[in-house]
Amino acid sequence: METLKRRLLDMSIIFVLWLLLTWSLDVQSVVAGAILAVLFALVLSGLLPARVTRLFSPVRWFWALMHLISLAFWIVLANFDVLYRVLHPNLPIRPGIVRVKTTLKSDEAKAFLANSITLTPGTLTIDIIDDWLYVHWINVHENLEDTEAITRDIAGRFEVTLRRVFD
Amino acid sequence: MNNPVAVYILISIGVVFDLVGALGLIRLPDVYNRLQAATKCVTLGTCLILVGVVVASGWNAMGIKALLAAVFVLWTSPTGSHALARGAHIAGVPLWAGSVVDKYKEDTGR
Repeated sequence: METLKRRLLDMSIIFVLWLLLTWSLDVQSVVAGAILAVLFALVLSGLLPARVTRLFSPVRWFWALMHLISLAFWIVLANFDVLYRVLHPNLPIRPGIVRVKTTLKSDEAKAFLANSITLTPGTLTIDIIDDWLYVHWINVHENLEDTEAITRDIAGRFEVTLRRVFD
Repeated sequence: MNNPVAVYILISIGVVFDLVGALGLIRLPDVYNRLQAATKCVTLGTCLILVGVVVASGWNAMGIKALLAAVFVLWTSPTGSHALARGAHIAGVPLWAGSVVDKYKEDTGR
């Protein structure tokens, strides 16, 4: 029953995406989209993560929106940061790969945290191993071994919202 | 075209950030720093250009496609640069000589 529900959800997402991309309600294109949605949902089994249904709650969506707003702010800041470093004649960078410990539990939350970190000023996630994120930082702090301070600077700003969305 | 001033502003800012991203690709020293510039600037630059297209065309086939493309760029560009950086590190591409620390190498030995 649960699998069937997930398959139907996969199908409807693919179908809606098809309708948006073709943007036409011709019988031909709608029928083709329906057939393709069934085919793809069968082939790509488990397109969505397990327990996806629990993400359908207004509170989680509100925090997703908050996350997007804060992400947009950091993306703009990240771009001015790159602009400054690239255009500065002395190229002020002090790069290195540091370790960050995340408190997020689910895989989806960690994936979104990694992507968000990549889009924010001076940081690029290289790998996730268990609870540790390895992050390339373009301007590492003086204090290299202070994992807590590094974690606060890199991951802290997103964990608050992502925990409320996914965990 | 709806609201040409907004369209020109959005697309011009987008092009400027794309240009900075391209400059960063040339100026920064190693593959990891270059990926940083490429990911951040090209994501925002391209999204702004696509939003400009949405404003220009309105809610029709082209606008919706541009909006979906912006969402996909925002979603896939950090994922792609993560894969490239990880692949480069595992393949043994060294960090720039001025780098101060490499915890990934210390912990995984790769």
